[in-house]
Amino acid sequence: MTKEYKTISKIAGPLIFVEKTEPVGYNELVNINLPDGTTKRGQVLDTSDDIVVVQVFEGTGGLNKECGVRFTGETIKLPVSKDMLGRILSGSGEPLDGGPRIVPEDRLEITGAAINPYARLPPKDFIQTGISTIDGMNTLVRGQKLPIFSGSGLPHNEIALQIARQARVRGSNEPFAVVFAAMGITNEEAQYFMRDFERTGALERAVVFLNLADDPAVERLITPRLALTAAEYLAYEHDMHVLVILTDITNYCEALRQMGAAREEVPGRRGYPGYMYTDLASLYERAGVVKGRKGSVTQFSILSMPGDDITHPIPDLSGYITEGQIVISRELHRKGIYPPVNVLPSLSRLMNSGIGATRTREDHKAVSDQCYAAYAEGKDLRGLVAIVGKDALSERDKKFLEFADMFEDRFVRQGIDENRDIETTLDIGWELLAELPEAQLTRIDNKYIQKYHPAHRAKAEQKE
Amino acid sequence: MKNKGEIYRISGPVVIISGLNTKMYDVVKVGKEGLMGEVIGIEGDKSTVQVYEETSGVRPGEPVENTGMSLSVELGPGLLESIYDGIQRPLPVLKEKMGDFIKRGVSASGLSREKEWDFVPTVKKGDKLNGGDIIGTVQETQNIEHRILVPPTISGTISTIKKGKFKVDEVICTLEDGKELTMMQKWPVRKPRPVSKKMTPTTPLITGQRILDGLFPVAKGGTAAIPGPFGSGKTVTQQQLAKWSDTEIVVYIGCGERGNEMADVLYEFPEIKDPKTGRPLMERTVLIANTSNMPVAAREASVYTGITIAEYYRDMGYDVSLMADSTSRWAEAMREISSRLEEMPGEEGYPAYLAARLSEFYERAGKVKALSGKEGSITVIGAVSPPGGDFSEPITQNTLRIVKVFWALDAKLAQRRHFPSINWLNSYSLYTKALGPWYDEHVSPDWVKLRNDAMELLQKESELQEIVQLVGSDALPEDQQLTLEVARMIREYFLQQNAYHEVDTFCPMDKQFKLLKSIMSWGDKAQTALEGGAAIEDIMKLKSKDDLAKVKYEKEFDTALGVILNTMEDEFAKLKR
Ligand SMILES: Nc1ncnc2c1ncn2[C@@H]1O[C@H](COP(=O)(O)OP(=O)(O)O)[C@@H](O)[C@H]1O
Ligand SMILES: [Mg+2]
Repeated sequence: MTKEYKTISKIAGPLIFVEKTEPVGYNELVNINLPDGTTKRGQVLDTSDDIVVVQVFEGTGGLNKECGVRFTGETIKLPVSKDMLGRILSGSGEPLDGGPRIVPEDRLEITGAAINPYARLPPKDFIQTGISTIDGMNTLVRGQKLPIFSGSGLPHNEIALQIARQARVRGSNEPFAVVFAAMGITNEEAQYFMRDFERTGALERAVVFLNLADDPAVERLITPRLALTAAEYLAYEHDMHVLVILTDITNYCEALRQMGAAREEVPGRRGYPGYMYTDLASLYERAGVVKGRKGSVTQFSILSMPGDDITHPIPDLSGYITEGQIVISRELHRKGIYPPVNVLPSLSRLMNSGIGATRTREDHKAVSDQCYAAYAEGKDLRGLVAIVGKDALSERDKKFLEFADMFEDRFVRQGIDENRDIETTLDIGWELLAELPEAQLTRIDNKYIQKYHPAHRAKAEQKE
Repeated sequence: MKNKGEIYRISGPVVIISGLNTKMYDVVKVGKEGLMGEVIGIEGDKSTVQVYEETSGVRPGEPVENTGMSLSVELGPGLLESIYDGIQRPLPVLKEKMGDFIKRGVSASGLSREKEWDFVPTVKKGDKLNGGDIIGTVQETQNIEHRILVPPTISGTISTIKKGKFKVDEVICTLEDGKELTMMQKWPVRKPRPVSKKMTPTTPLITGQRILDGLFPVAKGGTAAIPGPFGSGKTVTQQQLAKWSDTEIVVYIGCGERGNEMADVLYEFPEIKDPKTGRPLMERTVLIANTSNMPVAAREASVYTGITIAEYYRDMGYDVSLMADSTSRWAEAMREISSRLEEMPGEEGYPAYLAARLSEFYERAGKVKALSGKEGSITVIGAVSPPGGDFSEPITQNTLRIVKVFWALDAKLAQRRHFPSINWLNSYSLYTKALGPWYDEHVSPDWVKLRNDAMELLQKESELQEIVQLVGSDALPEDQQLTLEVARMIREYFLQQNAYHEVDTFCPMDKQFKLLKSIMSWGDKAQTALEGGAAIEDIMKLKSKDDLAKVKYEKEFDTALGVILNTMEDEFAKLKR
């Protein structure tokens, strides 16, 4: 048993300061024994001969200077096992479902070492989500980190669940799993996810970590790390393809800010710590495919943009790290369009390696580029029409204006259970593009126009 | 004080040690595992060290040892085709030693000690050598001859020189004073390698990217910055430059960015052929990958590691280009370390020495006469990642004060998939004048005027657009409608370039010239036709205009363009009648 210290000299926010210790390791796990017999856990943030700073995960409520502090001599580890599948755990990894403790097959460091870039395999397996704005315009691939940038009151949960239900790598039935980590969301929201997992039987293949709105904020700093550790274990030791849903990244960042303030650090932009980029990278970069290993970790996290502002540090730093973003639009939502994905600011950086002749269809890139260009132009014209009226537009411009409306109505809009395959998605794209003058399709190679454009397609098919 | 001290305090990558005699930038071995670190501050008997590896579990009281050396890189044959972390540890070696994930406490030397290289001397016994002189060559890759240099600080007369197969640390030459030379030398990364003199850059770096070569060229030996919000094309542009630029050596630094992007380069570059030599691109490339989740202190060092390697090839007489993606992450690493030191923060929390560090870095670019007498150059192209895409922030602003070329990325263009999304109104190059004579000689005497005319049209377009926003385009006089149309052609047919299209990804100078000339001459003809009484509607419907849109994708560009130019002649001739 390690030595117990009763030398807390200061308690400030989620931090305690302990004096006169033997040498304590950086990042070490700490147990704090309260007078009422309960134990809280913490982690060493700063250590020296004189003073040790500990952040307490369950919050410092109820602590006083009489508490006993034990340094465990090891960093935080998560007991892992394949039996985690189907289990619901707390934000710090304790069973919440009344089931037994996990009998560990291994205990893994939750900080997770960086994947050696040389060991990575560039992700390229197309995941069909059945949602046109994603598959057609911002394609997701296995091993990608692609968050949803949303806002309060928008249907990001519905979209995340639709993806969790429908996502498939076509022609493969390799084992897959979902790791779901809630960080500071409401109980009601969490229940919404749980019910859907139960209804669809997904729960059996899921590991759930719950840190809810009324759980301590500091715990949120470890919840995603537990989830990612479990995901990596299932992916790299049990060959599973794991989809990780972290929600809500914004709550995580708020906890980070709170911790920085408690440590009296010099704050960065809008009060968030200067190291938030590096900290977020230590989460997001834990997605990928590793050479010679069968499984993979794909991240599809939810982030609500404070004030719908994409330049806010949380979405901004995230966008700099993730491999794209799916942006949910309040304007489309108000128009009653589901899923209200605004494709213009959305992006999948790995799309190009996941699409094309052998993966989706040869015309995919061209159709997507052309739809982007045409929709952007049509949307601009809406602004102009508001000033000068529709009559001042040229015939050409009118076509683009109509395209934008049709695009939202037929391509973007779809049912919450509507699962479109990629061919359907691309064909809808073509139907809409066919409404534009053919000479305006400057992004598309003539050979694809001959083969897929509705005006030529019948002929092309007859020939074959 | 002595050569051994102990750890006093640990806070993330910053460790304070006591009782150790140190100099600034000494490399120290920290703790029981001997983690590598560098002294970045000294106060009383305490030294502050930034540690290049993860520090979890390290305790106060553990021993620290001073190597007495500054942070250095190993320079010699074997750099090309390598991929290193920020402190020149080869990633394949790390993978071999510790598996797929980067653990710590493993050292690995930058150059292989096993591999033998065929050394051919170019000097003989009795020759007098000065620092930087070439003493022989090694065929490093099929097209790159590695010139073995005397370290800049050494000179003397040769007493023996060998020929044959050697490892990098075997002696190949001895001097009369007993000094021994090997094919490898070490150089401290924070110290620029000396040159004989700096020269003015007069040759453009040809990148095969139309908007860069055409409108905003950078000179070989020049500096450029490419700032932009996320998703606007910094990385793709940098990679395009690494792929297609006509330099002899490329140093590509992935500084605090994505792991998958580096994996991509690693998979792609061995497959892509250098358009000039036909050899795999990897054979001329050195990669440095210190991704966002790798230790932040090593990220800070990565930029120096890269530029030192670049200088070494420059000293052999090569044209080198260096891409740093992203310099903002480097600056943030400085900020992170600085705030742990509790230094007085400057603007937005960055250390007060930020501007100095940036300009010292870009100052290491340039065209030079090396100590050996050969001419070489380093072109530095830095990506900048401004928070919220706001160019008024300190890194962008400090960088723009230094560099000569500004490629301003624009999120609006990226959103409509106009790539490269470089804004043609805000960007600039201060080299265009100096490079003029080169274009006259190597492209065409018409080139400079053609480009200026195109720029002028684009400028005009933006003025007209403001009117269109108020009254709609149909209300404009016909000649202005035509101006808008030709400007649109320049933007869509010439400036837009798809990095993922097998043909369009690289566009030689000659093709750039012909394409732009054809568009502009279509515009001239249209103007003449309009003045001759042709209807604007008829002009707009000409097939030759639509054909010009896609000619850049043609494998047989010259033939295809020839056909279009003929159509164009015919169509305009008919219009006249
Ligand atoms: N020249 C280009 N051609 C085609 N697509 C491009 C080009 N430049 C950028 N893109 C697209 O934009 C995306 C984002 O570009 P990237 O360079 O990764 O942005 P950044 O580094 O600024 O975040 C890429 O994934 C790619 O789809
Ligand atoms: Mg980038």
